[in-house]
Amino acid sequence: MAETETYNYTVVRQFAIMTIVWGVVGMLVGVVIASQMAWPALNFDTPWLSFGRLRPLHTNAVIFAFGGSALFSTSYYIVQRTCHARLFAGKLAAFTFWGWQLVILSAVITLPMGITTSKEYAELEWPIDILITLVWVSYAIVFFGTIIKRKTPHIYVANWFFGAFILVVALLHVVNSAAIPVSMFKSYSVYSGAQDAMVQWWYGHNAVGFFLTAGFLGMMYYFVPKQANRPVYSYRLSVVHFWALIFTYIWAGPHHLHYTALPDWTQSLGMVFSLILLAPSWGGMINGIMTLSGAWQKLRTDPILRFLIVSVSFYGMSTFEGPMMAIKTVNALSHYTDWTIGHVHSGALGWVAMISMGAMYYLIPRLFDRKIYSLQLIEVHFWLATLGIVLYIASMWVSGVMQGLMWRAVNADGTLTYSFVESVQAMHPFYIVRFLGGTFFLVGMLVMAYNIWRTIEGAKPAIAAIPAPAH
Amino acid sequence: MADFTSNFWSWYIIIPVVAGFIFCLFLIIWMSGGTLSGGKAKPTGHIWDEDLQELNNPLPGWWVNLFYITIVFGAIYLVLYPGLGNYEGLLGWTSQGRYEKEVKAADKRFSPIYKAYAQVNLRTLVHDAKAMKTGQRLFTNYCTVCHGSDAGGAPGFPNLTDSAWLYGGEPEQIKQSIMNGRAGVMPAWEPALGAKGVHEVGEYVISLSGRKVHISAAEAGEKRFMAMCAACHGKDGKGKIALGAPNLTDNIWLYGGSQKTINESIAKGRGGKMPAHKDFLGADKVHLLAAYIYSLSR
Repeated sequence: MAETETYNYTVVRQFAIMTIVWGVVGMLVGVVIASQMAWPALNFDTPWLSFGRLRPLHTNAVIFAFGGSALFSTSYYIVQRTCHARLFAGKLAAFTFWGWQLVILSAVITLPMGITTSKEYAELEWPIDILITLVWVSYAIVFFGTIIKRKTPHIYVANWFFGAFILVVALLHVVNSAAIPVSMFKSYSVYSGAQDAMVQWWYGHNAVGFFLTAGFLGMMYYFVPKQANRPVYSYRLSVVHFWALIFTYIWAGPHHLHYTALPDWTQSLGMVFSLILLAPSWGGMINGIMTLSGAWQKLRTDPILRFLIVSVSFYGMSTFEGPMMAIKTVNALSHYTDWTIGHVHSGALGWVAMISMGAMYYLIPRLFDRKIYSLQLIEVHFWLATLGIVLYIASMWVSGVMQGLMWRAVNADGTLTYSFVESVQAMHPFYIVRFLGGTFFLVGMLVMAYNIWRTIEGAKPAIAAIPAPAH
Repeated sequence: MADFTSNFWSWYIIIPVVAGFIFCLFLIIWMSGGTLSGGKAKPTGHIWDEDLQELNNPLPGWWVNLFYITIVFGAIYLVLYPGLGNYEGLLGWTSQGRYEKEVKAADKRFSPIYKAYAQVNLRTLVHDAKAMKTGQRLFTNYCTVCHGSDAGGAPGFPNLTDSAWLYGGEPEQIKQSIMNGRAGVMPAWEPALGAKGVHEVGEYVISLSGRKVHISAAEAGEKRFMAMCAACHGKDGKGKIALGAPNLTDNIWLYGGSQKTINESIAKGRGGKMPAHKDFLGADKVHLLAAYIYSLSR
């Protein structure tokens, strides 16, 4: 069979394997820093082992290494299969794999060394930022090139979301990372003061909105109907929620800066659009869950489908919580507390990680022409992950609300009831529960890694012919 | 108005916001049509990747209503509050105004308490248990970061529970320290003394609190001390409160009492800073705080 008549699975396979590897690494670092929060002595008085340096390593590893690899892998798979076309510019696609791994490796080296721009989720210094830009532009060429090559008349809904994710992340990265280098490893942002904060959170919130939401919705729109073997619930709904979601997300960033030096009008707009974002977000959840209507019984027997559907449920939950936390009055209590950390992880563990895991359980056996080694181990993984998330979120809710209430408690003489350190002390038990939750989640990931390893051990790469499109 | 350099930027905000609201409404209305024929949704007829299809169920009614509610809420909010560029909102609300209102309300409620304490002599106030409880709360929130939650201090930050006072331990002197702050200046003596001189002076200083030293070095150090250090620390080494020069004979050390640390203090000098709290806390609260801190060392 000529290569042009087959799908390019090589790059999909590479990214899929690295999704598992970086998942283990990123979550391990997460568990390490969670333990440091509970027992600070675990910093070992060693700068590169300290929380301040490992925390950005954790976020970069789980978002950009684990999440990023999952997005590259699934988008390359889905865009080919739904366009009935081999990936455009195969060499460029290979560059995106090696380039992205080099970005991650650079992060793994520079962040523990303390080399950072200090911009949250954009900590990598300017030479790495340039490499990210090159990889991302290549990604866009490969992805949209494949769309242009497609044999199907219509563009499948998953690709709308991947397309929006690729375009907007390019915009966010270039604008937010604009900086003036002063040396090889040090640069200063071109923005300053409140404007710098606003650009940073315009980036930060849309990293959530487009990297961690739109891209993963693309995943959902392929793997849920495929695994459930049911048609997508509503085309109309997908149109409304897609356009409303990508329009509204862009405005929501200021809710990270309520009650700060940011002008009042900006804060108001951030809050209003965050609230309006609720319905567009839930449109995605409805379309994911309702796709199962008529096939609910499959949830009982199919742990892969359960991963996918539970992840969509967590998506619905955290996209309800988000707009509520964006309301200024609620934010006055929740801001700067662990509640935010709990909210982020209900999205990160519940939605992003769970759907990636479900997608990988679907994808990897097909990339190697094998059956999954053990469905039972997927079942074990599912329960470990679910239990871990529940422990994590519940402990952070309690801890966060408690912190918020302690900080604002006032005595009859007008003095604060609690000193800061008393609130730190009160958080300690919840930090231990959070550490346990994270450990459950990590162990689940290790079970997955073992299961995948046994599945693909000694397997030959699958070669898939491109079928003629149905219409 | 201050947020915008010209009306152009105000409209630059207003137009996309209003257009965005209209866009969301348009999306809903555009896709709201379509009923189910025979109660079942039909596929759109497009097929991808062999079996991927889409049904065309109508938008769920409750979801459309939810969307409308958030849009209406948003519109009302932007009429009432600042958001649309220069438009200030019907309520005239600003975060600055809200802050000032809250501070005013708190002042009205709490300042009489502190005003009353401020009338009481510091030496009398320490016997008022309720006042001391409030004083402790103030201390916990404003002072513990440097002086520790037990007021025991830390290297560079004085212990407030002992008998050693750099600027005097009388209640009025303590109040003065909190009100206006203090700046301690120990110059660096290495350029003048040389490494050997630093060592000798260090030996002499250590000998002042009765610790064992090399007699010959300490004797050489004494001569230098009298010439260079006595002006501030006194000929007897007992310090001068007026200058904040510490007593060197009580074996209490602000920066640490090891030979190495003492030599470092002499060689490189020290700069201590207690910030002024007059404007931050107000004179009444400082008065109470001074009484509380005075009570700690009694």
